[in-house]
Amino acid sequence: MSDTLVDYDDAVARYDTVFGIEVHVELGTRTKMFDAAEQGFGADPNTQVTPVSLGLPGALPAVNGTAVEYAIRIGLALNCTIAESCRFARKNYFYPDVPKNFQTSQYDEPIAHDGWVDVELEDGTVFRVDIERAHMEEDAGKNTHVGGATGRIHGAIYSLVDYNRAGVPLVEIVTRPVTGAGERAPEVARAYVQTLRDMFRALEVSEARMERGNVRADVNVSLRPSSDSPLGTRTETKNVNSFRSIERAVRYEISRQAAVLDAGGQIVQETRHWHEDTGHTTSGRIKSDAEDYRYFPEPDLVPIVPDRAWIEEIRANLPELPAARRRRLQADWGYADPEMRDVVNAGAVELIELTVAAGSSPAAARKWWMGELARTAKERGVELEELPVTPQQIGALQALVDDGRLTDKLARQVLEGVLAGEGDPEAVVAARGLEVVSDDGPLLAAIDQALAAQPDVVAKIQGGNLGPVGAIIGAVMKATRGQADAARVRELVLERVQS
Amino acid sequence: MSDLTRLSAAALAEALTSGEVSSVEATQAHLDRIAAVDGPVHAFLHVSSDEALATARGVDEARAKGESLHPLAGVPIAVKDVVVTRGLPTTAGSRILEGWIPPYDATLVTKIKAARLPILGKTNMDEFAMGSSTEHSGYGNTHNPWDLDRIPGGSGGGSAAAVAAYEAPLAIGTDTGGSIRQPAAVTGTVGVKPTYGSVSRYGLIALASSLDQAGPVTRTVLDAALLHELIAGHDPHDSTSLTDPVGDYVAQARRGLAGDVAGMRVGVVKELSGEGYQPGVLARFEESLELLRQAGAEIVEVSCPHFEYALAAYYLILPAEASSNLAKFDGMRYGLRVEPTEGPVTAERVMAATRGQGFGDEVKRRIILGTYALSAGYYDAYYGSAQKVRTLIQRDFAAAFEEADVLVSPTAPTTAFKLGEKLDDPLAMYLNDVATIPANLAGVPGMSVPSGLCEDGLPAGFQVIAPARQDARLYRVGAAVEALLEARWGGPILTKAPELEASK
Repeated sequence: MSDTLVDYDDAVARYDTVFGIEVHVELGTRTKMFDAAEQGFGADPNTQVTPVSLGLPGALPAVNGTAVEYAIRIGLALNCTIAESCRFARKNYFYPDVPKNFQTSQYDEPIAHDGWVDVELEDGTVFRVDIERAHMEEDAGKNTHVGGATGRIHGAIYSLVDYNRAGVPLVEIVTRPVTGAGERAPEVARAYVQTLRDMFRALEVSEARMERGNVRADVNVSLRPSSDSPLGTRTETKNVNSFRSIERAVRYEISRQAAVLDAGGQIVQETRHWHEDTGHTTSGRIKSDAEDYRYFPEPDLVPIVPDRAWIEEIRANLPELPAARRRRLQADWGYADPEMRDVVNAGAVELIELTVAAGSSPAAARKWWMGELARTAKERGVELEELPVTPQQIGALQALVDDGRLTDKLARQVLEGVLAGEGDPEAVVAARGLEVVSDDGPLLAAIDQALAAQPDVVAKIQGGNLGPVGAIIGAVMKATRGQADAARVRELVLERVQS
Repeated sequence: MSDLTRLSAAALAEALTSGEVSSVEATQAHLDRIAAVDGPVHAFLHVSSDEALATARGVDEARAKGESLHPLAGVPIAVKDVVVTRGLPTTAGSRILEGWIPPYDATLVTKIKAARLPILGKTNMDEFAMGSSTEHSGYGNTHNPWDLDRIPGGSGGGSAAAVAAYEAPLAIGTDTGGSIRQPAAVTGTVGVKPTYGSVSRYGLIALASSLDQAGPVTRTVLDAALLHELIAGHDPHDSTSLTDPVGDYVAQARRGLAGDVAGMRVGVVKELSGEGYQPGVLARFEESLELLRQAGAEIVEVSCPHFEYALAAYYLILPAEASSNLAKFDGMRYGLRVEPTEGPVTAERVMAATRGQGFGDEVKRRIILGTYALSAGYYDAYYGSAQKVRTLIQRDFAAAFEEADVLVSPTAPTTAFKLGEKLDDPLAMYLNDVATIPANLAGVPGMSVPSGLCEDGLPAGFQVIAPARQDARLYRVGAAVEALLEARWGGPILTKAPELEASK
């Protein structure tokens, strides 16, 4: 089944895009939202459970205070109002990965509401996204459907449920409808989620690793004829879990919905599935207003009334957020705007910061990470931070250059060795014997040999023509396999000829 | 000592402490009694003889070594089957949990085990505590020891009958709308619903979370005080648990037993008498009140005008919470699992088949009511309005407690009715709890003590209600009523009950 699509440029020329994003972030607390079971990635199935996580008869929830603190941190970082009092509610629905057959979530009383966040696009444009609310809830378990062709429930013979994830604390952040992004809507959507991801890490509330599902996004998209028309019917594309996919999914929905509207059709309000492999969405369940979760206040929990002084303490101790940090670092490093933007877009801010901390100049650090290392990462198809080299190693490498022990060319060879797993720069230098030859003895020998081979050169130099000096240096470099310091060789050649 | 089962828990505890009897002897005596009379009474769903005797032996050995023990150590106890007990079957009276062995203990069971009371077994109840007669149990009726053709009250009919039939000196009950107090009234025993949050709910299979509260079921007020002090206290596993220190219930009970109620203002709730109340029940109530007056209490009349709406509000709030609390019973993880006999075996269809077969009619009735009350478009009219009534009832109590230290009423409008008599008339059944429900809606503590025998020769109950966190007042007034009445009767009311014939 393939959808009719309208060319993207045509679609955005004819329709105004409105989107909204719901981001779920798993909090990195030691224990779960409502019980003492530990949580964390990679444990054996159903080993991180208690009677509470399993929803056993008689078990009761108790709120994790650290999770509340993390939620407040997120709310404050998103410029939200923190509620004086808020409650949990039960969202009732039957599904085997929800052990109580209701999810404990905040409904009409979220802990944080009415905020905003500034999102910086790759070209430096800043776009403000309004936040409707941020609320706390618990995650569900994880189903594995066995026997079907695609791992989906359709065609499966049986299903396994892992309740390790059941009860993991989540904060869900809901935007207000984002308008005015125009043809840049997909880019803004991506940058928004990226901004949140960076924020979660800076706030130290989550490892925020997309590939582990720590951060998950649902993307709502609707089109309307123009920016003064009422909002169109929206679709909700679930579980779009990489930055690139967010951009692609919004783009796809714009093209798809434009085709439906062009043909005089109506958009169905529905949940859609995102297919990473093919880059398209398919229809899921129809989301009608008849869907009734029978929300009511969770009677097993008392309202949360965060102490005002505590909130102010959390606010005062909020770490520097990524945007402010970028501004500060750019000033410290003296990078031009485009340089800084490239660094940010390459995900190199922290790497450079650590490299500078390891003793490198900001310029040299940028040169390494945005030059040689960026090229290598691209060749290998990985992110910079995934390269097998640490900022400390780059700092050490640059120190060798600064001390004159390595030339740039030699340094690149040493880096090759580091990337090949041969150890720290010093170890590679020693093992490969790459250090600059700084003893004049072997250099003079090589120079004499080169001069003897080209007797006419001496006369030319002595006659004031310095042009042929380069040829001698070249010969010396060749003889020392590049380990000579060219500047020193030049000095020695001139001394030799003129003496 | 002639018959250890006839002793109060306090007396038995003294005999154990003095070394006059051993816990093994006391426990075995109760196990023998259960073996002898529980056939016809059917108070127990499961008897844990081996575990109980093992605990008893441990207590005896510890005592022999001179270890310091809890005052109730070695005194056997029965536990309502809605309370989760590690290693002992726990069904809440429902077929849907048949065979489930919990892997953990309720907090109150942890306390009982720490104090080393031998647990005799699990007592029968209306399925998931929904009912006033124990006839809605998935495992057969419990019979009232006063008349085996009559109901023992409910939902905790098993615990009340076990205590009344001398099968256990102590039992645990739970009270959501009267499930401790009403069975106490109709079996001639004592039952206390503590202040909401006094006893941890962790490990009670929830009926209605905002109403449920566990409490003591005993034959004397002093025994109830002893047990209440044991099971009460803050529990971090229950967010609604109070952080208050446990009150001096035993001391207050002793004070009441000495007849010390002078100057206490006792408020008679105008709305909890009159029409619908059996004449004998009202007569016994008036007599008890008169004794309090003679002992120096000041009797005042108070009005709680919104109590009229309590039953209606209760039957919206309870089913709403229950419909959600009972959603977890779906055959996916534990308990009964029923696969549909035809058609595909999907999770949803297994859930439906399991719930269809595993739940009884009363449970289904309340799940349907609650699901409806919470539905979009009806929430405000039903659940929302009921919560407002709840607030009004709380205000009625607050106003009444301005004028009185405790409030009193008959516990239940009638004595025990015949088995089957009201089974097909849910509304008539619900009316049994008209006097007990307001305390649950307001979270305040209530007690039922025997007030005497009525024209039908059956016992009735006298209810005492105190302000939240003032449970101690229940014990002072309740013990006074008990002492004054027993002085008049010449002994405990249960001595007037017919002797049960041993079944073998």
